[in-house]
Amino acid sequence: MAAESAQDDVVLLDVRGLTKTFGTLKACDNVDLTIARGEIHALLGENGAGKSTFVKMLFGSLEPNSGEIRWKGQPVKVASPGTARQLGIGMVFQHFSLFEALTAAENIALSLDRETPIPSIAAKAQALSHSYGLPLDPYSLVGDLSVGERQRIEIIRCLLQTPELIILDEPTSVLTPQEADKLFETLERLRGEGKSILYISHRLEEVKRLCDRATVLRHGRVVGHCDPRKESAASLARMMVGDEVKAVERPPLSAHASMDVLLEIEGLDRPPATPFSIPLRDINLAVRAGEVIGIAGVAGNGQGEFFEAVSGEATQPSARTIRIRGNEAGRSGITERRLMGAAFVPEERLGHGAAPAMKLSENLLLSRHATDAATFLGRGGVVRTGAVATAAQRINTVMDVRKSGEDPAAAALSGGNLQKFIIGRELDRKPAVMVVNQPTWGVDAGAAARIRQALIELARSGSAVLVISQDLDELFEISDAICVMHNGELSRPVPIAEATFEKVGLLMGGADPGHSAAAGAH
Amino acid sequence: MGMVEAILLTIATAATPLLLAAIGELVSERSGVLNLGVEGMMVMGAVTGFAIAYTTGSPWLGVLAAVVVGALFSLLFGFLTLTLVTNQVATGLALTLLGLGLSGMIGESFIGLPGVKMGAISIPVLSELPLVGRLIFGQDPIFYISIALTAAVTWFLFRSRAGLTMRAVGDSHDSAHALGIKVIWIRYLAVMFGGACAGLAGAYLSLVYTPQWVENMTAGRGWIALALVVFASWRPWRVLAGAYLFGAVSIGQLHAQALGVGIPSQFLSSLPYLATVVVLVLISRNRRLTMMNTPASLGRPFVPDR
Amino acid sequence: MRIELVKRSQQSALFAAVSPFIAFAITILAGGILFSLLGKAPLNGLYAYFVEPLTEVWSLHELAIKAAPLILIAVGLSICFMSNNWNIGAEGQFVVGAIAGSILPVVFPDFQNPLVLPLMLLMGVAGGAAYAAIPALLKVRFNTNEILSSLMLVYVAQLFLDWLVRGPWRNPEGFNFPETRNFHAYAILPEILPSSGRAHWGFVFAILAALLLWFLVSRTLKGFEIRLLGQSPRAGRFAGFSSARMVLFAFLVAGGLAGLAGISEVSGAIGQLRPTISPGYGFAAIIVAFLGRLNPLGIIAAGLVLALSYLGGEAAQISIGVSDKTVRVFQGLLLFFVLACDTLIHYRVQFVRTPAAEPEPQREQPEAAHGHG
Repeated sequence: MAAESAQDDVVLLDVRGLTKTFGTLKACDNVDLTIARGEIHALLGENGAGKSTFVKMLFGSLEPNSGEIRWKGQPVKVASPGTARQLGIGMVFQHFSLFEALTAAENIALSLDRETPIPSIAAKAQALSHSYGLPLDPYSLVGDLSVGERQRIEIIRCLLQTPELIILDEPTSVLTPQEADKLFETLERLRGEGKSILYISHRLEEVKRLCDRATVLRHGRVVGHCDPRKESAASLARMMVGDEVKAVERPPLSAHASMDVLLEIEGLDRPPATPFSIPLRDINLAVRAGEVIGIAGVAGNGQGEFFEAVSGEATQPSARTIRIRGNEAGRSGITERRLMGAAFVPEERLGHGAAPAMKLSENLLLSRHATDAATFLGRGGVVRTGAVATAAQRINTVMDVRKSGEDPAAAALSGGNLQKFIIGRELDRKPAVMVVNQPTWGVDAGAAARIRQALIELARSGSAVLVISQDLDELFEISDAICVMHNGELSRPVPIAEATFEKVGLLMGGADPGHSAAAGAH
Repeated sequence: MGMVEAILLTIATAATPLLLAAIGELVSERSGVLNLGVEGMMVMGAVTGFAIAYTTGSPWLGVLAAVVVGALFSLLFGFLTLTLVTNQVATGLALTLLGLGLSGMIGESFIGLPGVKMGAISIPVLSELPLVGRLIFGQDPIFYISIALTAAVTWFLFRSRAGLTMRAVGDSHDSAHALGIKVIWIRYLAVMFGGACAGLAGAYLSLVYTPQWVENMTAGRGWIALALVVFASWRPWRVLAGAYLFGAVSIGQLHAQALGVGIPSQFLSSLPYLATVVVLVLISRNRRLTMMNTPASLGRPFVPDR
Repeated sequence: MRIELVKRSQQSALFAAVSPFIAFAITILAGGILFSLLGKAPLNGLYAYFVEPLTEVWSLHELAIKAAPLILIAVGLSICFMSNNWNIGAEGQFVVGAIAGSILPVVFPDFQNPLVLPLMLLMGVAGGAAYAAIPALLKVRFNTNEILSSLMLVYVAQLFLDWLVRGPWRNPEGFNFPETRNFHAYAILPEILPSSGRAHWGFVFAILAALLLWFLVSRTLKGFEIRLLGQSPRAGRFAGFSSARMVLFAFLVAGGLAGLAGISEVSGAIGQLRPTISPGYGFAAIIVAFLGRLNPLGIIAAGLVLALSYLGGEAAQISIGVSDKTVRVFQGLLLFFVLACDTLIHYRVQFVRTPAAEPEPQREQPEAAHGHG
């Protein structure tokens, strides 16, 4: 008894055999995990491994099918996030649980279980934010804030509840490298104050740098516990993926290639279309045959607006702002731009790149009904279902799309497989210009590698490829040059040989592009 | 003098049912639920109010019954849209069609019967003040309830913690759910409040405005109330202003008909409907503004994962 | 006890097919209960309502007469609803179609030749489409909510018709009744089988319209466009389709068909204009569209069911003495049940006992008891 209580002093959280099934899918299968006081514990795993499901059960937003959660040695039932907060568990969500139409202070008030007047919350939040060096205006509307600022609200909101365990779900995926450093300082300080942190990530370098222990999940199961500082990034990756991930090969730019400019953007401006959207200002860019240009940037800096302007979902008043293979396309819609030889893959898969309830073959028609009208359409606009199905089958084979059934609805596929289909749908056309927004967002490592390789191969075969991504690792892996989008403006491209994380990170944080070379030289 | 006073009084009686129904719908929409069944709930309230008041002789029992029936009727809508996650637009239409049908069947035996009118309150001395006396101090009780309700809803939404929670649910049900707020439970309450208000508005029609039962007697007022909520950009006092504006239009055209201004009565009768369209056009013209004001999860289905 | 929905990864083909039937069965059940509450024998009531009208040839003709406008309007509405355009003003478009189509026989009664009828039908279509264009244009141009604008215009159209038949278009030889002159022979939509009953060509138009739109929706790129813009507007824009043009297209098709229904009803079934020319066809057609699961072929069947409810209401009033007001109750209930049953297509419904039971509650006696408590 005495021995046990001594151990309870050290162990804050002890999870045994936690299991959650959705339909036939075991999202979490018998997961064990212990967290000690004053420890930063990493939960590692690739997309779809069950990390989010696991922490949602800890925080009471999902109900486990079986298993036990012990908190300070006592078995507890975390029935709701309210219970979790009362126990002393706080959470910073990956996709934020904020309300855009409310102020920061109101957002904070909503997660405090006692009724507290807004002014006193605002004062407390401000005091706390100053002491941690995370500046915050409690009366600003969340809808007007950047993602970094929003995360600050989430963290302050969590800290105000004086939690003993803080769960952070992929917190750095929305930050610049410099902002991430700042976050790590805060987390280390919290550890110093005796708080425990469960840190969820698939970024190995930061886990190695920050965390004391790690639990690795794969397909919902724990595949190992380890000390990340004693492992190499490669060994951690192997544990996560369960297999050697083939590194992406990037052959050097061929000197013989034509290097014609296939996509040219000149003086692109776009006023904000909605109250919360970012205006684009004087964007200039040329993408040549054979090369991959990457656009880095923190989410919400105009990438979505830029994609719409380039794709023609939003047209420009002047035809000259966009040239596709030399054709003036600024005033053309997306269909005309496709007919000029361009192809597009948006960020959102379900509801933008694909219609969730429609079959894959119908989703093929979605982007190719005009470019392949001769094959897919008969007289009077009658759809040749046979021809469409054959083409869909071809894409599924080439891209190794795994699915249940012959022609399932898009929503029935996993994120990685659907993305392989959507990318394959465009590659199948051999487009001269390919514009992709977030090619591997939420995609498992195997599919991500395949998609990246396919993009590089498309470029090397003579197409111009433009990739917008918030994942710096990805951009460094595939790009020949990287530009940064910040607050609706685009920096000059930095050739990959000269690009460093620090340099690109500074640009992402809004450093004056004109001085970027000087800053990088330090 | 008496003429102006009479007109102002009738404007208040024409505006009150619109205000009541719209305030209820405003609360429902602030929580993210678009209930197009206002017309149906209102007409159910009208027939219930009339029937109970007629059989018991007490207008107050009629009002009470109408409120209860309105709330229960909206519960039907709530069950479909919140628990079974059906399309809110289609379900609201279904509620309206069912309400019009049911009220017609229930009310068949009450057609042409003399109604029970709810009397006006007359506060001594004050109600004898010139002009404003009867207008402010000599109205029927539900008029005062409607004003008090507007104030109460304003306070609730913008001053109380529960109101903040409700606005949060209307802004993002996913975030609210992640924080452990009981989204569906709150929406049920909001929808039932809307139903109760619509029931009260209906009872006002059949017990105060024209104390009798006529089939389809709401004549599109439920729909106008829905338009008022948009017009008011989901703000209670603006709903009140809009309701009185529409009250003035309806009364104005009635007086014009009585005076015989040489315009066919049908044209005058269609003025409130045309005014609704015009007002909607004016208010929705500014896309950005509409977007800013509309509760972000209005009409969106919500299925919690557990 | 708590009801939980689990999203199906694929729509259930089984429930997509049977859900309208389940809904109809539940409505019948509810109808039986309603009759008992009214003090009638439920089986007699249901028989009078849903079977008796089908037993005689002349009443089959009446069924076709009632089904024609319902099907015509509903197939048009299905295009609207499928593309996420909430046109609920079909009743007004029906009325305006009837008015526009009646201009020739009422205002120019002396213009009598075989051209009159085709012109009337065309004018009916044009009138309905033009009236539907108002909410469509307001939506496209000013972002105005089409639900409210299209509905408001119903009242305006009805009042306008009322004015016409009481005022300028009143029959000069009609003893001051509020109705227009009777249409001359060239302006009458002929009967399909005059020897056996009154059913007119409106029913044929309805079937043809349903078949045509079925082909459009299920086989052509236009149909794909309609469905895509309705399901995922953003994906539709990404596909290069224009939401604005779709709003106009859907409203014009629906309005045109409602207008055709209006003029067919007036020239085929009534023979003149009156203050009221529709027992709420425009609203009942909304129910038809959903009962037919927005599939034009399903809508033919659904239109016949709703038409039957109108006939049944009249029949039941005569034979067992229940009010024909029950018709609209039936129709309202039917739409409710249809919507509720459609949930089964997208979700698996689970009943969960609260508080959540352990996976095997029977293993431990006390806990099982607790679970029941």
